[in-house]
Amino acid sequence: MKPEILPFAPSLPSYWQSILQGEKSPVRSPDALLAWVELDLDADLRFEKSLLLLSQDGLFWTDGKQFQSWPIDQGQYLVHGDHAGVGHLRLETADSLLRAWYFTLAVNPQILRLQSSFKQLTRGEEQSKGESSEYDKQVCPVCLSPKSANSDACPTCDPEDDTPPSTWTLFKLWRFAKPYKKQLALGFVLTLLSTGATLIPPYLTMPLMDHVLIPYEKGNPIDFHLASMYLLALFGAAIVAWGLGWWKTYLLALVSERIGADLRNTTFEHLLKLSLEYFGGKRTGDLIARIGAETDRICVFLSLYALDFVTDVLMITMTAAILVSIDPLLALVTLAPLPFIVWMIHVVRDRLRFGFEKIDRIWSEVTNILADTIPGIRVVKAFAQEDRELKRFVDSNKHNLQINDRVNRVWGLFSPTVTLLTETGLLVVWGFGIWQVAHQKVTVGVLIAFLAYIGRFYIRLDSMSRIVSHTQKAAAGAKRIFDILDHVSSVPEPINPAPLGPVQGRLSLRGVGFRYGNRAVTKGINLDIAPGEMIGLVGHSGSGKSTLVNLICRFYDVSSGSISLDGRDIRSMRIADYRKCIGLVLQEPFLFFGTIAENIAYGKSDATREEIIEAARAAHAHEFILRLPLGYDSLVGERGQSLSGGERQRISIARALLINPSILILDEATSSVDTTTEKEIQRALDNLVKGRTTIAIAHRLSTLRKADRLVVLDKGEIVEIGSHDQLMESQGAYYALYQAQLRHAAELVEGGAIGESLEDSQEERREEKLEVIAKNIGGGV
Amino acid sequence: MNKTHQLERNALGSLVFIDAKGERHIGVHPVRAFPITAPVAGIGIMNQSGKEVCWFPDVALIPEAELALIEEELAAREFMPVIERITKVSTFATPSIWDIETDRGPTRIRLKGEEDIRRIAGNTLLIADSNGLQFIIKDSTQLDKVSKKLLDRFR
Repeated sequence: MKPEILPFAPSLPSYWQSILQGEKSPVRSPDALLAWVELDLDADLRFEKSLLLLSQDGLFWTDGKQFQSWPIDQGQYLVHGDHAGVGHLRLETADSLLRAWYFTLAVNPQILRLQSSFKQLTRGEEQSKGESSEYDKQVCPVCLSPKSANSDACPTCDPEDDTPPSTWTLFKLWRFAKPYKKQLALGFVLTLLSTGATLIPPYLTMPLMDHVLIPYEKGNPIDFHLASMYLLALFGAAIVAWGLGWWKTYLLALVSERIGADLRNTTFEHLLKLSLEYFGGKRTGDLIARIGAETDRICVFLSLYALDFVTDVLMITMTAAILVSIDPLLALVTLAPLPFIVWMIHVVRDRLRFGFEKIDRIWSEVTNILADTIPGIRVVKAFAQEDRELKRFVDSNKHNLQINDRVNRVWGLFSPTVTLLTETGLLVVWGFGIWQVAHQKVTVGVLIAFLAYIGRFYIRLDSMSRIVSHTQKAAAGAKRIFDILDHVSSVPEPINPAPLGPVQGRLSLRGVGFRYGNRAVTKGINLDIAPGEMIGLVGHSGSGKSTLVNLICRFYDVSSGSISLDGRDIRSMRIADYRKCIGLVLQEPFLFFGTIAENIAYGKSDATREEIIEAARAAHAHEFILRLPLGYDSLVGERGQSLSGGERQRISIARALLINPSILILDEATSSVDTTTEKEIQRALDNLVKGRTTIAIAHRLSTLRKADRLVVLDKGEIVEIGSHDQLMESQGAYYALYQAQLRHAAELVEGGAIGESLEDSQEERREEKLEVIAKNIGGGV
Repeated sequence: MNKTHQLERNALGSLVFIDAKGERHIGVHPVRAFPITAPVAGIGIMNQSGKEVCWFPDVALIPEAELALIEEELAAREFMPVIERITKVSTFATPSIWDIETDRGPTRIRLKGEEDIRRIAGNTLLIADSNGLQFIIKDSTQLDKVSKKLLDRFR
């Protein structure tokens, strides 16, 4: 990609400006800078800031104390490279190195910009202006890295848009609660009413005491009519509270389950849309835990704990109001311990959140061990490493216990303390109440009502304190889910994609580069593929073949340059539309659990039975499918019928055939099977390849003999293009590869068996073994 | 080891390896086999196409003149600052900006996710920042109290 160089450079930070305006500065016109970079590493690779700038006069460097300058010279080059996250820029002439600078990749975009300005200065405007598409113009003016279409924010240089998540993360869940606004409002009203209803009985104890029991104590007969009225009212209030409570709980549980389900669906939907890059960096167990367990935890939190909390808050407010209305002074004494308890909750809350996050993390470590070990069980057993895996599991469980213990220590102290405070509070009320009764300030009934109220009140405080841990757990869970939800796909959908018409299958790659982390995997790849042409990608492993294919499939987006289909940038198409015209056959065919027919029709669920059979026939899979007891209805995939590698591969070829793609990608489609099966697959592939633009990767060069052109890749760059014969004639990299493979094949034929080459070295080995034994004995003594 | 090869630096600053047959490999680079767990245990000299041209099983076996060249080259290529202190973190949730002190001076890094903190062996941690730089913590139990506490919030 050749970003358009802006006529101006962003202005310098002020502290550099003052240095440049200083006396010793050789820079004559600090305002007319073409480009500048604040380097963050010095020559010894220490973190030290210095400034490199380019003006019409030349190149200047300063670290604030000393200045260096190089006037513009036609014979100079700026060479840029990077290794393990450290970039270097070298000022060279044809035969000597003038200076090297180092920097972290954070300033890489500015460096590239300086380099290209320098090139323009020294070489004039001769460099070709590549065809620039709309995407090449979509570069961030600050860091010059391409940004996604139709978005204002630059993902590279606008890093700090993240809000610190906390308990407030839970409020993000509002987005999922919105559709249930009405039910939630009704639920709230019900909560209000049912809480109110539960507060009636203690209130009634007051007249019951003062008007029925106390007069009896004084010698008056009991007014049974009045008493039964009060008792009836008590019972009525209890019934109403029961009914409302049931309705409220049911309604809100219903809503929270739905919110949980929506959350799960949305998370999975979002996860599926993320690019392969995301999945590459995550562990399966962790993702499964997030979507499964965490959403469930949030759901339980909403339906149980959050609801309880709201009820508690309402109850406490109402109780406080009632108490104050009965007797303000007594109420004041009763409520005195409240601030203290609130403060305690606050203190413990921070410690607990941290602890629970840690527990979560260690918990996913435990599941990760399972997810690692169980799929690799054959290796574990073959090397007899069961004990080691068990130890790993036990160790991480032990770690889990340790952290749990630490959290529980705090947590365990918490509840009894609240209970202690409750009891003390009751004591205070008793004491103060008796004193008040003695002085005839309040009646016995009021005191009893107060005690009845604060009994409930403190119980609520106690259960309220429990909400802390659950909120923290739910917040931690919500954070982990929103981590997924807030992750923006690095393969963004265009906002207004034009529909994709019939596709010819002409692919053109222009200056395609891709970097993975700090490693440039491919760079500057230019390739035109005509419709119907078959291209073979050849190269050592790690030469960037698979990366190129992933880029063409748009599993990743290019870091620079562009890929276009029939002249249209693939980033301007809907991803699903684009992928529909690609058929992909992988080295390890993946079959989903289901019938063979379903697996073949995976890319086109409305395929008729005839179409499925036709595809299977073309893929040479029809016959072996019919040999299965249940034919096309046989279950395959995990837990299903076991099929051989060749059979699975042919099913996946049928799958690709069925969607009738105009572009076909074969990623080592035949390399995991033996030669006989390979021939069968090859015949199936021949049907598939016909009339389609095909890109094939193969280790065995013989399988690519039919390719129209072979593209030889090395270290992410194209080194040769041509047909087999041309490349053999030119005796270049392909020739070397071919010869090496031929030799290898010959060796295999001669040797015949795997153990062959071992015999020669057996003598040596025996000696080595002796040495090892000697060493062990020596070490033991 | 009989001395059959030769290592030198050319005017452009690249290392040149002249093997026993007199062939010149320009732009070779030394690499350590175990950069973290055993930095002195094996050094290979690779040519530009990634082929090994020479192997030293131990640093002690490298002739002195060559060792200087190799170490110089390694110093320029190896960049794995050792985190000595974590002074400040912007937030306990990722992404988070850390102010750290390393053996190569203080700097500020951006941690993208908790999974970028990886345990290599024992208490040795490798931390990758958002630019792909690798930082190392030799022994997480040996950090000072504040750093340990901060680090603990992330793993």
